[in-house]
Amino acid sequence: MSFDLENLVSDLDIRGAILYFKGNVDSEVINKALDSVEGKLLTSRENPRLRKKVYNVLVESLQNLYHHADEVPKDYHAAKPDRFGLIIMERTGRGYRITTCNFVTVLRIKELEEKLTRINNSTQEEIKELYKDILNHQEITEKGLGGLGLIDMARKTGHRLDYRFKKYDNLHSAFRISAVITSE
Amino acid sequence: MEPIIIEGTPKTPSIKFDEKEGIFEIKGRSIPENSVEFYKPLNEWLDNYMQGPLDKTVVNIRLEYFNTSSSKCILDVFKRLEAIHRSKHDVEINWFYEEDDEDMLEAGEDYDSIIKVPFKMIEIVE
Repeated sequence: MSFDLENLVSDLDIRGAILYFKGNVDSEVINKALDSVEGKLLTSRENPRLRKKVYNVLVESLQNLYHHADEVPKDYHAAKPDRFGLIIMERTGRGYRITTCNFVTVLRIKELEEKLTRINNSTQEEIKELYKDILNHQEITEKGLGGLGLIDMARKTGHRLDYRFKKYDNLHSAFRISAVITSE
Repeated sequence: MEPIIIEGTPKTPSIKFDEKEGIFEIKGRSIPENSVEFYKPLNEWLDNYMQGPLDKTVVNIRLEYFNTSSSKCILDVFKRLEAIHRSKHDVEINWFYEEDDEDMLEAGEDYDSIIKVPFKMIEIVE
């Protein structure tokens, strides 16, 4: 099968990206990505408020891949099967867009779609209450806290999270999600 | 009781909870992948401290960034402080945030609304 996660971001400007990575997302990769982006944002004297928001969303995006990327399909080429994903961060007209792609098992699609639909249909005030409710009432697991990362991304950016699934085989889909961070 | 002192790293905050010096502080960035593991020693230290706390415990939180998995662990720290407060000991949490950092101010307000301990929001002006 010739499908590659990159197919999902063919509409994005990979060459002009501030950050681009495809592979196994371990702690070291996360550290390097964060250092690199923070350095670039400081060099370009980005507005501190926007810089902090971008950094926060980048942390959650990378750690979503780290904790939630399901194993790649057996016939998909990857150095290691776990924590495999793609991340791209681009400059847009008014800010930045951070997009991640990874594989999910088809069993998780419904749950993910429900979470994202709820987030995208909520007002900022509702998102804030949802965040507090999950923070206060759900038990933390090794993988995190009931989708709090996605809620936090929506809360910090103030924008809808754009996402899509692309079927790979009967057991796996590729999942793409983008967060846009602007100064207003 | 021996203090708990943890040096900060680029992804984890420095922690100093020292009963003798009366210093209780978390400072820096809290963005590790394994937050539960990181905060476990502090929460264990607080479990012991709760048995005989000072008359007044003032905790300073000076965080630049924290990730969502840390947010729950920080809440666990605050819940222990809340238990101390409930046992008729003074507890105060000073939540520091940088000028114009509305996200960090809101995060402090979230905790303030969940935890029944006096919170003070303190803006750091550059």
